Amino acid sequence: MLDSVITIALGLVAAAVAMSFWRLLRGPSMPDRILALDTLYINSIALLMLLGIHLGSALFFEAALLIALMGFIGTVALCKYLLRGDIIE
Amino acid sequence: MLEYFLSFLILTGAALTFIGSLGLLRLKDFYMRLHGPTKATTLGVGSLLIASAIFFSSRDAGISLHEILITLFLFITAPVSAHLLAKAALHLNLRSFAKMPIKSIKEKEGASNGTIGTQILEDNPSSSNTHAPKKSVQP
Repeated sequence: MLDSVITIALGLVAAAVAMSFWRLLRGPSMPDRILALDTLYINSIALLMLLGIHLGSALFFEAALLIALMGFIGTVALCKYLLRGDIIE
Repeated sequence: MLEYFLSFLILTGAALTFIGSLGLLRLKDFYMRLHGPTKATTLGVGSLLIASAIFFSSRDAGISLHEILITLFLFITAPVSAHLLAKAALHLNLRSFAKMPIKSIKEKEGASNGTIGTQILEDNPSSSNTHAPKKSVQP
């Protein structure tokens, strides 16, 4: 039962990744693209967690933690660039 | 029993993630689009991470705390990044489809008095005009 549920969930999360990638390509303004990147890394964390449960391996947590840290830092840096025109003053 | 609970958590998390990205794709306005990923997707990923924590705690010997760490980190950082994105959008003057609150004030006062809302609207450019020459004089 868990395997079929994980298959359905993988399909849903993959559709979410595709939709946020479409917004990343299409987004009319720069904050839209930054928001799409933010959603994309959060979706990739969900995808990694589902793969970790499916394969039964605990190796994916460190990758997910690194993606979360680096994604947050990237979002903050891009927003600071839009706000100030400079990241480190 | 545990398997049903895990399946419920995983399905809820995947559905919430899907709904958040659907909101990012389909809504009209940046300020509307900000709601989907920052609320629904964060809750969905948190539910998936808790399901993973329960699964690995039940399978292995000890309690696995990595996922709780990622969940805490995501729940702390999602509002911060949403706030910064909203600040950047306001800085860039992005178009919003929502009505301005000052317009409704003006319509209300225009029915009774007809002056207060227009005074608010007229005060802002004049004050900015008085500020601008001072700045140019000072250097």
